[in-house]
Amino acid sequence: MILIHCPYCDEKRPEIEFANAGQAHVARPLDPSSQSDEEWEAYLFIRANPRGRHHERWRHVHGCGRFFNAVRDTVTDKFETTYKAGEPRR
Amino acid sequence: MSGYRLENGGRVDRSRPVEFSFDGHSYQGFAGDTLASALLANGISLFGRSFKYHRPRGIMAAGSEEPNALISVDRGAGRFTPNLRATSVEIHAGLSAFSQNRWPSLKRDFGAINDRLGMFFPAGFYNKTFMWPRSFWEKLYEPAIRKMAGLGDAPTQEDPDIYASTYAHCDLLIVGAGPAGIDAALEAMGSNKRIFLIDEQDELGGGALADPALWPWLERSRKALIDAPNVTILTRTTAFGYYHDNFIGAVQRLTDHMPDNSDSPREKLWRIRAGEVVLAQGAIERPLVFDGNDTPGVMLSSAAKVFANRYGVAVGKSVALMTAHDSGWHDVFALAKAGVVIKAIIDVRTDVSSALLDEANRLGINVHLNHSVTGVNGRHRVTSIQICNNDDYVGARIDCDTLLMAGGWTPSVHLWSHSKGSLAWRDDIGAYVPDQPNENARCVGACSGGWDFGSGVIIDVLPTPKDQSRIKAFVDFQNDVTAKDIKLAVREGFRSIEHIKRYTTNGMATDQGKTSNLNGLQIASTALAKPVTDIGLTSFRPPYTPQTFGAFAGHAKGALFQPTRTTNIDGWAAENGAVFELVAQWRRARYFPKMGEDMHAAVNRECVAVRSSVGIFDASTLGKIEVVGPDAAEFLNRMYTNPWKALEPGRCRYGLLLKEDGFITDDGVSARLAPDRFHLTTTTGGAARVLNMMEDYLQTEWPDLDVWLTSTTEQYAVIALQGPNARKLLEPLVEGIDLSADAFPHMAIREGTICGIPTRLFRVSFTGELGFEINVPTAYGRALWERLMAEGAKFDITPYGTEAMHVLRAEKGFIIVGQDTDGTITPFDAGLDWAVGKKKPDFVGKRSMARPDIVAPGRKQLVGLLTNDPNVVLEEGAQIVADPRQPIPMTMIGHVTSSYWSETLGRSIAFALVAGGHEMMGSTLHIPMPGKTHEAKVSGMVFYDAEGARLHV
Repeated sequence: MILIHCPYCDEKRPEIEFANAGQAHVARPLDPSSQSDEEWEAYLFIRANPRGRHHERWRHVHGCGRFFNAVRDTVTDKFETTYKAGEPRR
Repeated sequence: MSGYRLENGGRVDRSRPVEFSFDGHSYQGFAGDTLASALLANGISLFGRSFKYHRPRGIMAAGSEEPNALISVDRGAGRFTPNLRATSVEIHAGLSAFSQNRWPSLKRDFGAINDRLGMFFPAGFYNKTFMWPRSFWEKLYEPAIRKMAGLGDAPTQEDPDIYASTYAHCDLLIVGAGPAGIDAALEAMGSNKRIFLIDEQDELGGGALADPALWPWLERSRKALIDAPNVTILTRTTAFGYYHDNFIGAVQRLTDHMPDNSDSPREKLWRIRAGEVVLAQGAIERPLVFDGNDTPGVMLSSAAKVFANRYGVAVGKSVALMTAHDSGWHDVFALAKAGVVIKAIIDVRTDVSSALLDEANRLGINVHLNHSVTGVNGRHRVTSIQICNNDDYVGARIDCDTLLMAGGWTPSVHLWSHSKGSLAWRDDIGAYVPDQPNENARCVGACSGGWDFGSGVIIDVLPTPKDQSRIKAFVDFQNDVTAKDIKLAVREGFRSIEHIKRYTTNGMATDQGKTSNLNGLQIASTALAKPVTDIGLTSFRPPYTPQTFGAFAGHAKGALFQPTRTTNIDGWAAENGAVFELVAQWRRARYFPKMGEDMHAAVNRECVAVRSSVGIFDASTLGKIEVVGPDAAEFLNRMYTNPWKALEPGRCRYGLLLKEDGFITDDGVSARLAPDRFHLTTTTGGAARVLNMMEDYLQTEWPDLDVWLTSTTEQYAVIALQGPNARKLLEPLVEGIDLSADAFPHMAIREGTICGIPTRLFRVSFTGELGFEINVPTAYGRALWERLMAEGAKFDITPYGTEAMHVLRAEKGFIIVGQDTDGTITPFDAGLDWAVGKKKPDFVGKRSMARPDIVAPGRKQLVGLLTNDPNVVLEEGAQIVADPRQPIPMTMIGHVTSSYWSETLGRSIAFALVAGGHEMMGSTLHIPMPGKTHEAKVSGMVFYDAEGARLHV
């Protein structure tokens, strides 16, 4: 069971306290109505599936409840880093 | 020597005889014996029948790697454990053990015919043979194969034992308490580290238990470790898996070694998080591969030493050794000193050290260098062996009752591999050893490839003059895989060891190839003429040895499998005969049958009562979220399809929630209490999902909004009073709220008190009748309910359950998200476009409502269905076709989502999702059901009081 560092609690906690929330840094367009069908499709459905470094959102759902971002290696399952929502991509 | 028990030696307590039974016969052993050692002491050599060929099998090893001697232990009703290794079962008074996979008896086994037919069972036999006819597989082939080929019987009764589980944290976890593990613990003991030392056996010592010279050291070390306050010792504990971040799973066996069943836990699951892990799992001796190497009486030489030195048991009365490694020589020297007759040492090598030769000479043991065993005589026990010279194949026969094998050593890298530590091949020992760690871990002792019992050669199959295709030289003893099978797999084109493994099943038995993997690799390597490192290595996966389901389930079974959520009113419902159903994790009253009523009758009565007078319903399970803050209205405006900003305090609104893809995910009536405060309700099952979704948008998309979300689901008991008499019943009990139609219209909320209890009183209706939903602090729920029941007696107040609630709402055309929608339904599909704010520039899901597929024609749309025969109630889920005369398979254009008998209307009603349904009003559709195809007309969804006259009173 992986230990995940919550950047809000600043503690490493077991993964059962957390829930994965999909790919990180997929921002909702500010004006969805101006999006073309292709742009909107890309926002809704098209996600990366990298082998290696992957930016993900996690929620400390059974803890502080905050969403945060993480970089996890999809091969080794190791977390490289976690950081608060809104901080720049690492 | 009396029988096979040596006069002296061993760690068994000869002053404590123990009676036990095997296959119904009574035997005696000593305290400290395993089932294997005690039966060997009684001269038993036959322990089981092999998996595929039903060949007689005896003991091969002395530890948990034993592949042959799988037995079942019966501890009484529900306490039957199959597939235990006789070498790991401690005997106790009354132990009742049985052999497996034989019929009618171990000695006369009908299935042994498979052995005579062995030439017809090559690798991949099942895959090749039972292909045709296809339909025979499920009914004939598979059940027959399962009956013939197998392990022990699965228990059939519920397990009455208790299984505990716990978490533990330590700085240093040492797995394996042999000399290397003990040394690691002694070394760290002086620090202030919290140390866990765990071992699968019943006492510390590992290999030292078979070496009497080490016993004084062992006893000193054991005392020191027990006295150390920072050392926790867990024996009878198997570390079965090594997971991320130094998380180790271990099962401690607490009571199986005791004579009586008890109420205390049978096993305990330990989940241990360790700062550092030291693996000291030792090494496993490798069998040699030759014809007849599975005959009872053929075993590992190290095992014979364990049986002699630890248990005081001679594995035979005349013993020969076939070896490729110095360690075999040392083992038989130890046996000779313990009083076992050694007939011969046969070594495949031409050169061995003069020290070994001298010692053999001194002990009077015949030595045959450059020789191999080519055959074993005897069926239930070795009677003699054939040997021959490796160069000229000149042979000889040696009479003996036991043949030991010493094929070298395989480091136990199982847990290391679980942790994703890398391995390196070492040619000198012909084995993989730990290389680079992936966790904070290291290997010590024999499992790191370091040992002091000499060297040897690695040999895939012993030389033989016999036709290689006609001999039975076993590699995987538990799965009956021979050298021939692996060679066949290579001939048929398999190249990777992963494929060879799956085709031959080598290493796929319950022992995960502890004694077979490396021999299999060597044979494949030779057959492919490639180095071992070029053909790959199969993965080790948890568990290290088989563990019980009970240990993993722990307390999470029966009522504790998952929590059942109950409302404050649940106790009243139970006392008043409610029939319950689970909705999400909530236990909800489904209906309240009176004497003699079935569900149909009860639901009809409850529905009529609501329509004619007043019904009372426990709606406490509704999800509730308090939305507070200056931007609360703006936030809801962005989340829901409806406009919220103009909603006045004191008013309610039906809210429809989409996901960003435009599909309905939840709905509910919500109220504005103040400009900056809303009381949201969600579906019973959707509460957590909706809160998570709202938090997501609030935290990550719109962090600038000043809004707070709080789950209040469990803060309120909610009682729905529905029916024409609801106001009359309520009026005298409420203070501070004017209940008149003008002052308190439909879809309004007021705060006041009821029976002195503070309340948020909603005037809302999910039934189409005049209705109220009374929210009070949860603890008052039942008291208020009982008061309403008492005051409502004059109106013949009727409690109703979820079933009647479903009928009443369907009569009014109200949908249930998740029943009438399936995650692909838009507001337009559901006929809820009226709930979508057309002027809003944006809300979650708005852009998706213009997606090409969502505006395309032919989408499934929600409609009403009225059967031509009003007495027919369609099956929910039934498929719908346009033309019942079309050939099968018919084109299905939709399905029934809700269907009920409406007592109020005197006929059945239904909702259905039908492709293009909105354009089909009045047309006839066909619903094939068992026995008959029914006709129904497409209709609107509101079947009762379409103008809402009953609501606005």
